[in-house]
Formats: sequence, structure tokens, C-alpha cells
Amino acid sequence: MTQLAGRGSLRFLGHKAWRTAVRYLSMILLALLLFAVILLISGKDPIQSYKEILTSTLGSAYGFSEVLVAMIPMLLTALAVALPSRVGLINVGGEGQLYIGAALATWAALTFPHLPAPVLLPLMALLGMAGGALWAFVPGYLKAIGLVNETITTLLLNPVAPKLIGFLIFGFWHATMDTDKTAKFVDAARLPTFFGTRIHLGLGIGLVLLVLFWALMKYTRWGLEMRAIWQNSQSARRNGIPVKPYLIVMMCIGGAIAALAGMAQVSGFYGVLLLNFSTGLGFMGFLICWLAGGDPLGILLMSFVVSIIMTGGNLLQLTRDLPYAAINILLALTLFVVLAKPTLLRRERA
Amino acid sequence: MNLLSIVGVLSSAIFSGTSLLYVTLGEVIGERAGIVNLGLEGVMLVGAATGVAVTSLTGNPYLGVLAAALAGALMNMVLGYLIIHRQANQLASGLALMFFGFGLSALIGGPYVGAKIHALPRILLPGLASLPPLYSSLFSFDPLIYLVLPAAILVWWLLFRTRWGLGLRAVGESADIAYASGRNPRLIRYQALFVAGLLAGIGAAQLALAYAMTWTEYMTAGRGFIAVALVIFSRWHPLRAVVGALLFSGAVAFQLLLQASGVRISPFLLDMIPYLLTLGVLILWGGMRRQSAPASLGRVYQGSE
Repeated sequence: MTQLAGRGSLRFLGHKAWRTAVRYLSMILLALLLFAVILLISGKDPIQSYKEILTSTLGSAYGFSEVLVAMIPMLLTALAVALPSRVGLINVGGEGQLYIGAALATWAALTFPHLPAPVLLPLMALLGMAGGALWAFVPGYLKAIGLVNETITTLLLNPVAPKLIGFLIFGFWHATMDTDKTAKFVDAARLPTFFGTRIHLGLGIGLVLLVLFWALMKYTRWGLEMRAIWQNSQSARRNGIPVKPYLIVMMCIGGAIAALAGMAQVSGFYGVLLLNFSTGLGFMGFLICWLAGGDPLGILLMSFVVSIIMTGGNLLQLTRDLPYAAINILLALTLFVVLAKPTLLRRERA
Repeated sequence: MNLLSIVGVLSSAIFSGTSLLYVTLGEVIGERAGIVNLGLEGVMLVGAATGVAVTSLTGNPYLGVLAAALAGALMNMVLGYLIIHRQANQLASGLALMFFGFGLSALIGGPYVGAKIHALPRILLPGLASLPPLYSSLFSFDPLIYLVLPAAILVWWLLFRTRWGLGLRAVGESADIAYASGRNPRLIRYQALFVAGLLAGIGAAQLALAYAMTWTEYMTAGRGFIAVALVIFSRWHPLRAVVGALLFSGAVAFQLLLQASGVRISPFLLDMIPYLLTLGVLILWGGMRRQSAPASLGRVYQGSE
């Protein structure tokens, strides 16, 4: 009996997964079609462009590795939104939290260049995460005591963080020949890279955190209590769940994870702290998390798709003479199509 | 520091504050109808790029302003379709619109990077014709600057003295109740977004055609988000928005003034002030329990069949 039931649900799962795959595939096709129209209008060959995007990203081992590299910060910033969202908090502040993480990690890298990597790297990560948590504490606390909505406060704090970095770089940290970036980090302050590519340890950290997030929500009491808060915070409080601490702690953890994305970018990817290095990575994380419905597997898939688009855009700039920013159109069209949930493809249970 | 540098700083504050005020006024209308537009940055960029392109093609900056306004309104219609028709999440849709604007503006503006355009003419403030030329150039403003205060008053009048404004604010408070009293929340929200887009486009045109006088990628440099902050700061009121924009551009001016007088304070630190000030004001109002945000701000209207 149990075997039969098991097979039945498995078949159901296969059916559902297939439908979901078809649904997302048709959405992406629609987005590609729309972008093709825009490419045609601006006098470029869409088929050739798409071919180039695909071959440059999935067609070679190097291209694929670059997609994974682009994925790293997105995984983390999306997770930074997903975790607080499970207690009903909307964290639009990933961008600022990421900058703070990068700043504190940089401070550690510049101040203790003689420490060995196994000490220095955790120090950078922890300091960065502490900074991000503190940055997120303000909105979390203000929300928990019912003073100001966290959407507004996280949003307001976003532009402050890069200005703080600007102040630090211009005032203290800039390299002797530059004004807008620090000196190259010492090797001990760089996250290790693998396979001779630019893939760095951040990828492993991101994947582990995703699994942890999934396990936390599924198997722990905390996950259960968070679901209770998310569904009805009033009744959760009456049942003795400490709602306020949960709100504050989840916001801080979210901030810490976004900060980790910043640390991973400066330590793993750039190796220096640049002024305005993140063009919307925090916002991208918000979108990815939202499109994935906060689901860990969905976050993995969506950040993969977004990374293909963004990495492919690099090449289009070179070969098709398009401004690099133009690839944002394809990205946005994909987002539009998913947001608009076309009726033809709408889930029955939507 | 002399009188000339002070006047110069004030003049440049007015130039930089005007585009911000137009955009803020538009966002006040949108938010009063219950819609937060996080994509303003993208809307402005597309407006600016279109304005420069049309001005460069026709040689007429007024046509450029018109095109920028229409481009802004069209961008907002995309947002409207997503959140009004398809009932998509407002914050996510707005951010997607921002990325769309990044891309589209780069595509539209691409051929016009560094192009020489006919900027909007500058007209000397009436009654100052006898000033020495050094000063008179500082009191010469473009038409959009002269029009921004009337625009603020017009927005106030529309929102608080017309039936349309009453309906719009009703939709922002509760779309269901507005529907029950015979209004069409969807139509009103589209209208609000259209007007908001026009104003954002005009603001972008002022930035590109009168202030910067050229197109560069990402030229709005966060003004869209500042406008969202200013709307909150001014508690969703168009006349307080004037004060907010003045205060903000005043902070910028103050910073230039300090630099001119040799005081060494990092401009980055001064740039933070408006945001922190807004945050402080929010906390203060939260403490006083005087929330004046439209009640259904950010909510999806599911429709009342």
C-alpha cells in the first residue's frame, strides 16, 4: 500500500514538475521574443545574438564557469531577502547591507595583511556579517516595536552605505595612485578559486546556506514558529512565540547574508574595494527571491537564468555593438513576463 | 568666500533641485493613489534619453521636453499594466521597471552620447536686467524652473480641490470603498500613473536638457530613489515636497559652499544627510503616531466583481 501511494505521489510530482517547467520555459520564450523585436528595431540580428549568448555562456566550460561566478552574489542577496520574508518582513535593503559587508571585510583585509588566510578570511567574513547585521538591525528593531515600516527604512538606508564607502575610500583607504579604489588585497585576503577559473569559495558558501535555509524551514522548531508568525503574528504571540525577537533576529541574519555577498565580491571576485561596485546586486536578489517565491530551489534556478542573461550580455556588447546596459532589457522583460503571469500559463492554484 | 560664490551655489541648487521636485510631485500623485514606484530611476533615465534624442533630431528642446514627458508616462503605463491589470507585486514590478529603464535608456541614448544639443534657453529673472553680467548669468533660469512652483500648486489643487483628486485619494486609502462609492479604482490608478510619468519625464528633461545638457548612461545617479524618500519626508503632500526638495538641494548647495570656503568635509558624508534626515523624521512621526501614508499604499487591488 505504502509503495503504491508512494508511486502515485511520485507520478503526481513528475506531472507537476513538468507543468512548471513548461510554464517557465514558455515565459522565457515570450521574453526572448519580445527582446528579439527590440533588437530588430535597433537593427541587430536577434537569432545571431541569441546564438552568441548561448554559446558564450553554456557552450564552453569557461563560459559556464563565468555564469556560476555571476551567480554567487545573487544567491546570497536572494537568500538575504528570503529569510526575513518567512516572518513577513520585506527586506529591500540588500544593496546597502552588501556594501557595508564589503566595507568591513575590506577594513580587516587592509588592517591585518600579515595574518594567514585561515584566520584572515573568517575574520573578514565575520566582521562583514556583523556590519550587515547591524545595518539591518535598525529597520528590524523599528519594525518590531511598531514604529516604522521596514520596507521604507531598508530602502532609505540603501544609498547611505555606498556613500560611507566613498568617504572611506577617498579619505583613508585609496591606493597611492588611485582615488576611487583601494590597493589590491594580499593573497591571504582572497577567497580561494577553483579549477583555474574565477569560481571562488563563495559559491560553496552560498549553496551550503541555501541547504541550511531549506533544512531550517522544514525540520526545525524555529522554522515552524516562523511559519506561524508569517501566517498570523497575533495568534503566534498569544501562543507564546517571541515575535519581536524573531523579527529582529531574522532581519539581522538577512543583513548578515547580504553582507557576506559583499565580502565575497570584494574578496573573491574583485580583490579590491571599488567605489559603486554593485550595480543593483541587492535589488537583483530581491527580484530573484520574489520570482522564486522564496523557495531555495527556485532561488538557485532563477539566479542561474539571470546569470546567463547578464553574462551573455557582456559578449553582445563586444560583438553586436550594443551598450552593455541593453542586456538589462532582456532581464527586465523576463521579469515582466513572470510578474504578469500570462493567463495561458497560469497555475491552477495561483 | 564672497557674495558671488554664495549666489552661484544657490543658483546651482535651484538647477539641481528642480528636476527632483518634478519627479517628487509625480510620485506624490502616484502614492496618493496607492502605488509605490521603485522604478522611477528607470522612468527618469528613459525620459532623459528620449528628450536628448528628440532634441538632437529636431533641434527643438521643447519637443524634447514633450517627448521626455510622454516617454515617462509610457514607462509608467508598463508598470500600470503589471500591477493594476496583472495584479503583480508593486515593489518587484517597480524594480523590474528600473532595470528595464537602465537598458532601454542605454539603447535610446547610445547614438547621442556626447552629442551637442540645443539646451533649453535661459531667461533672466524679470527686473534684474541692470545686474552685472557675472551675476545675471546666475539668475537666468530655464522655463522649467519657472514652471515648477506653479506645477506644485497645480498638483496640490488637483489632489485636494478637485473631484478627481478626491477620487484618487479615496482609491489610495481603500480601493474597495472607492469602488463601492461608484469610482473605478483601476482607471483612476492608471490616470495617476500617467500624470506621475509625465512629471517624472519633465523632471528628467530638465536634468538632461537644461542642467547637464547632454546624455550619459545612469545620469540620474539615484534621483529616483531620492524622490521616493522625499515623498515620505513631505508626508505625501505636494507643497511640503517643495520644502523637501529645497532642503535637499540646499544640503547639496551647502556642501558646495563649504568646499568653496575651504572647509574640508567629505561630500560623501554630506550626501548622506537627506536620507538620515528622512529616517529621523519617520521615526519622529512614528513616535507621534501620525502616520499619514495612504492606507492601501503598496497593496494589490484584487478587484470587486
